[in-house]
Amino acid sequence: MIQKFLRRLGQPLVKFFSSLGELSIFVMRSVANCFVPPFYGRNLMRQVMDIGFYSLPVVGLTTIFAGMVIAIQSYSGFSRFGAESAVASVVLISVTRELAPVLSALMVAGRIGAAMAAEIGTMRVTEQIDALTTLSTNPYKYLITPRVVAAVVVLPILVLIGDVIGIFGGYVVGVYQLGFNPANYIKSTIENLETLDITTGVVKAAVFGFIIAIMGCYNGFKSKGGAQGVGEATTNAVVSSSILILIFNYIITGMFFSK
Amino acid sequence: MSDIKIKITNLHKAFGRKVVLDGLDLEIKKGESLVVIGGSGTGKSVLIKCIQGILTPEQGSILIDDEEVVGVSEKEKERLHAKMGMLFQGGALFDSLSVWENVAFGLIENQKMDKKNAKMEAIRVLRQVGLAPDVADLYPSELSGGMQKRVGLARAIATRPEIIFFDEPTTGLDPIMSDVINGLINESVKGLGATALTITHDMASARKIADKIAMLYKGKIIWQGTVKELDKTDNEYVRQFINGSSEGPIKVEV
Repeated sequence: MIQKFLRRLGQPLVKFFSSLGELSIFVMRSVANCFVPPFYGRNLMRQVMDIGFYSLPVVGLTTIFAGMVIAIQSYSGFSRFGAESAVASVVLISVTRELAPVLSALMVAGRIGAAMAAEIGTMRVTEQIDALTTLSTNPYKYLITPRVVAAVVVLPILVLIGDVIGIFGGYVVGVYQLGFNPANYIKSTIENLETLDITTGVVKAAVFGFIIAIMGCYNGFKSKGGAQGVGEATTNAVVSSSILILIFNYIITGMFFSK
Repeated sequence: MSDIKIKITNLHKAFGRKVVLDGLDLEIKKGESLVVIGGSGTGKSVLIKCIQGILTPEQGSILIDDEEVVGVSEKEKERLHAKMGMLFQGGALFDSLSVWENVAFGLIENQKMDKKNAKMEAIRVLRQVGLAPDVADLYPSELSGGMQKRVGLARAIATRPEIIFFDEPTTGLDPIMSDVINGLINESVKGLGATALTITHDMASARKIADKIAMLYKGKIIWQGTVKELDKTDNEYVRQFINGSSEGPIKVEV
């Protein structure tokens, strides 16, 4: 009876730690392979286009609406105690520190994390990954490294672009809907602009990019059992990377601002 | 140098509690075509993956050209894979690459051949397996099952490997196409002077390809011999398998 209870308690725990170990080994191997040739430039370029260029519309839409909403909300909130003039700096801070990196990363996780898990998962179940191995090509270097490197490099750039678009969204609402003076709005945005706001966003973006690529590739890589397995891998990739993005967002924010 | 290409001794492999290979011994001579037959799920694929180093056995030794391959480093494995080619059951063609890029993959990535020559070489090998040059620029998804098998075969032999593995080469093909593929396998293996290891449960295919046949049952090789000896054997397991009978010493576990 007690044994049965302990077993029921222990099994998921053992499973959890063994998959945690698996993931750690996967991460170490992927990172280690980033620095050892051969490098596959063509694969890297394809990923840069996929993750970066083709994510631009999604990131642009997300951040522009986020900026617009923040402008309206902060205006209606701050007007209660007559601090409407803070709208520009609130938009600036919330977009650069939080909204652009987190929302962009979540959108990219849905778009790219899923695609990575599905593509690599299909390659796994159709034995294409074994085929790579038998053609003496290291699947980590050929498949994982280009994706991880591309995501880590490209996501910060996406977020920088998102910053600009998000602030622009706030400006549009502020000037055309809330009746701010355009020159004053821009002036107060520039006066409040601090390097730290931008750098934290960029650091976050790089970490989120790493999370998205690793979770997408890892789940794809270990998927098994045909179409159902690939579907599961895709779901797991998106869910786990989204949750990790939110957790790490808290951790990084704490590291930079909790003083 | 002995004339044994691959020598496997006392190979053990289990997945959790499920024992798949249980002290398997097998020798393949240089230039010989060995066919391993056995029911589904008897560990035929596991055997090939152990030899290739994709799976690591718990116990036992595998010698290729008198060199131990169990437990060697990743770098060593890559060197080892350069000697090998493999035709996968489902083809396992890279669907993001065109047909010729698939065939020339090993040539470009490992032998560092430049693209133009690699493409010419790929087209030559494609012709060898009976495909027209205009197939080269198609993508694998645009090909029929038989054509995909041919492309898979072309990719397996393009790097002129010393050892070629065939994983159920005729599964999913009609009998005539099966015979064509079997013929191509024979031609290419003999043409390269390669050592071949085929796993199949298609007896027609086994008879046509094999110099020697070995039967895998419960993780061990329980019988081996030539095709002629196969028909004369009084081993009950082998008789049941080649006659395709549900009655006999082999019990089907449902």
